[in-house]
Amino acid sequence: MNEAFVLSILVITIRAGTSLLYATFGAILTERSGIQNLGVEGIMMVGAAASFAAAYHSNSAWLGLLTAVLVGVILGCIHAFLTITLRAEQVVCGLAMTIFGTGLASFMGQRLGPGNSTMVGLQGPAFERIGIPFLRDIPYVGEALFNQDILVYLLYLLIPVIWIFIYKTRQGLELRAVGENPQAIDALGMNVTKTRFTYTVLGAIFMAVAGAHLSLGYLQGWADNITGGRGWIAIALVIFSTWNPLRAVLGALLFGGINALQFRLQAAGTTLPSSFLNMLPYIVTILVLVLITWAERRARRLGTPTALGIPFVREEKK
Amino acid sequence: MHKNKLLVLSALLIVAILLGACGQKEEAVVEEPAAEEAVVEEAAPAEKIKVAFIYIGQPGDLGYTYEHERGRLMLQEALGDQIETITVPDVPEGADAEKAIRDVVEAGAKIVFTTSYGYMDPTATVAAEYPDVIFEHCSGYLTAENMANYFGRIEQPRYLSGIVAGSMTEANFIGYVAAFPIPEVVRGINSFTLGVKSVNPDATVHVVWTNTWYDPVIEREAAVALLDEGADIIAQHQDTTEPQKAAQEAGMMSIGYDSDMAQFVGDSVLTSPMWNWGVYYISTVQAVLDGTWVSHSYWGGMADNVVMLADFSPLVPDEVKALVETQKAAFIDGSDDAFCGPVYNQAGELVVAEGECLSDADQLSMNWFVEGVVGTIPAE
Repeated sequence: MNEAFVLSILVITIRAGTSLLYATFGAILTERSGIQNLGVEGIMMVGAAASFAAAYHSNSAWLGLLTAVLVGVILGCIHAFLTITLRAEQVVCGLAMTIFGTGLASFMGQRLGPGNSTMVGLQGPAFERIGIPFLRDIPYVGEALFNQDILVYLLYLLIPVIWIFIYKTRQGLELRAVGENPQAIDALGMNVTKTRFTYTVLGAIFMAVAGAHLSLGYLQGWADNITGGRGWIAIALVIFSTWNPLRAVLGALLFGGINALQFRLQAAGTTLPSSFLNMLPYIVTILVLVLITWAERRARRLGTPTALGIPFVREEKK
Repeated sequence: MHKNKLLVLSALLIVAILLGACGQKEEAVVEEPAAEEAVVEEAAPAEKIKVAFIYIGQPGDLGYTYEHERGRLMLQEALGDQIETITVPDVPEGADAEKAIRDVVEAGAKIVFTTSYGYMDPTATVAAEYPDVIFEHCSGYLTAENMANYFGRIEQPRYLSGIVAGSMTEANFIGYVAAFPIPEVVRGINSFTLGVKSVNPDATVHVVWTNTWYDPVIEREAAVALLDEGADIIAQHQDTTEPQKAAQEAGMMSIGYDSDMAQFVGDSVLTSPMWNWGVYYISTVQAVLDGTWVSHSYWGGMADNVVMLADFSPLVPDEVKALVETQKAAFIDGSDDAFCGPVYNQAGELVVAEGECLSDADQLSMNWFVEGVVGTIPAE
């Protein structure tokens, strides 16, 4: 394997994997607080459609990104209102959000182009790749890691920030505790509802930004069903990474990397069957993450936030 | 108590907003061109015949459904004084399709075009229930007294696009992003490769299977892998323009499919094999109006103009255009077909001898690659 080969695999892995990781982080934050959100796919889709429409008409990719954040806030609030305030069944709400989001995004795609026409095939402003001087000269990985768009760099910053936040700060402790034992947090006088609301909305923002990276960064355009099921892969990654953001990074890299690798093998004319190769990213990612989890489970207890999916009902005051 | 009222109110508000959004979408589904109303006022003799189209995607997908929609608009333009058209987009294949087909028949449709392979069984089921309605199914093989099937020999323009690619590749490495290993796609890869080989025996066509019809992210990744591996032209059998966009961004050229993709991507798309369904829709509906319609299996080629090659990009030199025109003339007068011998398979064995042509049945069940294709067809 030469340098150019490794490099090209890494470039496409990072470019295609960025939106997956944003979505996964969004789901981790939401689920850590004890709220299940299966609406990832729908929120990503609306984020992609709305951000592209806004960027196209304002001619500013940044306004597009801002619109994605707004989409996240609105859809996050709807999910939070239904599941936290009204204590609706979280799985059903999430699925409804995916169905609703897919339809809404498709509708927007048909109508938000110039003169109420379709957005398919339009070229709009996008986050172009910016090379970072010196860093991009690092052998093997420099060009792949440091010649990317701004949302990728933002993700680099977010990886340590989210990890430190969850495991090393007081707010992070509170977040984990709300997902594990909301009654205890409530007894300590802290506001469970507010915490859950905050992280459900924050998580939805991440999911919408994940969609925006597809339409403004990676694909730079709108196509119907643009996410192609990536929201569901994000949900699977959350589980296999055992709600740990660093392990999610590993999972996303593995998944994206092996996918890029199997296409390269096909392009080079391998005799391995393509149906096996297409399956490979899923199998390897699941296997590796399951092995890590299994090894760790032997050492100590970890895994699902205990209160995940269970609405919080405050005990009656006596 | 007051707080509860507020909750219920806001919940109702959200539901109202959601319903509002859905309601708008429903309206968008059934389209009737505005121009038609004017015609009704002056003419208004007999009632217009309703013609329905069932679509797998959105007419705005710029690919497969877009082309059927273009055909419908041509039909509307030609026979708008005698018919009106209804469309139902985004109909999933399978059980939902049966409901959609039955709905348009109940709404008064007398001719129904079901435009995707997976609508075949549902179409046959509904056709048996409504013997007075005519059904036309695209890309399948079932027929009945009141149900015909139709498809086009897209292999012919694909062969021509192969001539363009074969003449213009400098790397002699052409990438092909392919959807599923089924005869329809294999046929396309083979005819394209035969076109490439006819002008450039040294070039090879490298196939990457995506196992999706429509996934922008995956299709772009597959194209990038081919470009990274050294391809300088990308051809495809998918329903998005992503492989074309990836090639353009890498400074390379491409061959489109379904529709004239140069419109949406640019001059790097050298040409596109494309559908031209309007010709078929007009003649079929005219036959129904004249009372001459009988059930049939239609598989038309370039002679009927139901499949065609999009306009060339300015990058294509005149001598290449001349090569294409010569071959096109042979397809049109019937003196040649995409699969006329000599044709060799990947192992170098002669499959179709000189002077012979592959039968339709053999083309429809094709599961082997011709010489010059690099890649494998997964065993079933």
